[in-house]
Amino acid sequence: MTANFFIALLRFLIFPGLLFTAVVGLVMSWLDRKVTARVQWRVGPPFLQPFYDIVKLLGKEVIVPAGGSRMAFLGAPLVGLAGATLAATLIGTAAIYGGGGGFRGDIIILLYLLVLPSLAVILGGAASKNPLASVGASREMKLLMGYELPFILVMLVPIIQSGGMLSLGNLLSFQAQHGSFAASLSGVVALVAVLPCLQAKLALVPFDQAEAETEIMGGALIEYSGAPLAVFKLTKAMMLFTAPMFLVVVLWGGFGQTLGSALLGIGKYVALLVLVILLRNTNPRVKIKHAVRFFWGPVTALALIAVLLALVGV
Amino acid sequence: MTTIVPIGPFHPLLEEPELFRLHVDGETVVDIEVEIGWNHRGIEKICETKTFDQVPFVVERICGICSACHPTAYVQAVEDLADIEVPERALYIRSVITELERLHSHLLWLGLAGHFLGYNTVFMWAWKYREPVLDICEELTGNRNNYAMLKVGGVRRDLDESLFPSVLERMDDLDKHLNMLVGAVTDDPVLHARLKGVGILTPEAARAYGALGPTVRASGIPIDVRRDHPYAAYDLVDWDVISVDSCDVYGRAVVRLLECLESVKIIRRCLDQMRPGEIDSGVKEIPPGEGIGHAEAPRGETFHYVRSDGTNRPIRHKARAPTYMNLPTCRATTVGESITDATIILASVDPCYSCTERMGVYDASTGQKALDGKQLIKLSQEKTRQLREEMGE
Repeated sequence: MTANFFIALLRFLIFPGLLFTAVVGLVMSWLDRKVTARVQWRVGPPFLQPFYDIVKLLGKEVIVPAGGSRMAFLGAPLVGLAGATLAATLIGTAAIYGGGGGFRGDIIILLYLLVLPSLAVILGGAASKNPLASVGASREMKLLMGYELPFILVMLVPIIQSGGMLSLGNLLSFQAQHGSFAASLSGVVALVAVLPCLQAKLALVPFDQAEAETEIMGGALIEYSGAPLAVFKLTKAMMLFTAPMFLVVVLWGGFGQTLGSALLGIGKYVALLVLVILLRNTNPRVKIKHAVRFFWGPVTALALIAVLLALVGV
Repeated sequence: MTTIVPIGPFHPLLEEPELFRLHVDGETVVDIEVEIGWNHRGIEKICETKTFDQVPFVVERICGICSACHPTAYVQAVEDLADIEVPERALYIRSVITELERLHSHLLWLGLAGHFLGYNTVFMWAWKYREPVLDICEELTGNRNNYAMLKVGGVRRDLDESLFPSVLERMDDLDKHLNMLVGAVTDDPVLHARLKGVGILTPEAARAYGALGPTVRASGIPIDVRRDHPYAAYDLVDWDVISVDSCDVYGRAVVRLLECLESVKIIRRCLDQMRPGEIDSGVKEIPPGEGIGHAEAPRGETFHYVRSDGTNRPIRHKARAPTYMNLPTCRATTVGESITDATIILASVDPCYSCTERMGVYDASTGQKALDGKQLIKLSQEKTRQLREEMGE
């Protein structure tokens, strides 16, 4: 019992949870910044820059806005971090230990956990009593409602294809036996439909309305400083690792048990990430109403087609 | 219920201090107030303490981006006052410098507009293409900005003809890049969604507000000082006034991009037609009198007025930058739009706030305006009367 507890704690705090995801997430945010810089004819930051940023922010003064809710303001970033860490732990455990790592229904829990970072932004923005932050929070809320519908619809595709499996581990072993879901027609359509949702989950252009520096000066995060801001930044970097990883595991065959398949899995993850980075560099920010219309219109339609195809069995 | 969303006085949207109060209902702007007066420098007053020959250096610094247009308008005002004939080569040189300035100003705006839309790739690319233009400015005049080329009666420095082939070569490159940018803007469906039909300024409203430059030319009114009251070498070369009638932010972007292509054309022809000759008419004295000068700055008409009493300094100098006329159009364009649109609409007139600065009198204890415009004018008239009485007029 105690041994199991310690193993779970280690998984949560060290590997594949907080520490591991934080480090990989920050490295990936460096990749994002570097690729962006190269696309924009700039040199880009040195490798350790994201780490410097976080460390520096941690040492800065924390200012809580007068009149805001102190508890909610300081608690919000922790909620987001906890959500991202737990999601990373569950996904990582399932990806490494296969069928033995997960539990029945963990894919549903994960859908909730992946929403937590967005909820934290809404909570923190609303708690900071700044008109720009409330505009940011309300935009995040609208965006969340927009992209969650197609995102959840897409998640039905692997569940239907596998005949009702609700555990990450089982989905992985199913894919190991029958080939990845993305190899089927419905899987491909699902992957295409989920890409914009991924972009929105990561709050990157064209779906960064909640932060929109040149409109609402960082929006929901405008009042944050010091350690809480560092936690938000860290959460965002961790999501850069966790969210594409989730898609690779659920839809695209995971990492397998051999070195070759693991490398292939990492390749898939990097491919998704680079696609996200290029999307963010070749688009302007869209208006929030256009974003919601886009997610509820074409993206949801595409997700529905994927579900129907899965039901037909292709 | 309306909330006030402040844009400024310090905001990533603005390069200079300025305050817009957006009264918003949800995300819809229902009213907008502009407050200027954060960066008043008293340039007109400074000019009265400088000699006619020193003033160009001061007015150059009204705006770092219009640093050829303000001196052009000023020297033309003095030339109008003293009836001075300017040598032809100097006229060509003035045109080349002001067009180079228009090129880099419009590219700067394009980059900023991209940045305001969250499209940082456009930001960086536009500024990369702007860099060769600044290099050319440096090679021809010695400075990337604030060229110090203008002088009453001519220009201060001749252009080195041996540089022309390489300048023309870079103009060809720029032409290619500009065409690529025009394609990128006109073909991008996401940009269309963001810019088309946003910030409508009807031709009637544009006339009523007295809007200038690309702002009014995008509302289908082809006003351009360069053609309507030709100065420098604009009536000696062949070029077109660009105007579109979409009346929106998209139109203003297209007008600026196409104007860049026209500028390239003008520079090529000026360099081609320029013949060796005098560049300065050697003005010695400025007689008493008054004169006006205007030039088409990248943002619209820049207007300068100069009065002389026969000494070596102007006794009155007045400058009006185009943003002074363009800024108030925000009432017509932003009300009814969302905050998202309001930011790019405010940016679409290519505002230059420091140039627009006027004095305001505020009560420090309440933060409210203590005197309005009418009261200020009344005060100044009283002061003038008082001075006249003291001087015994």
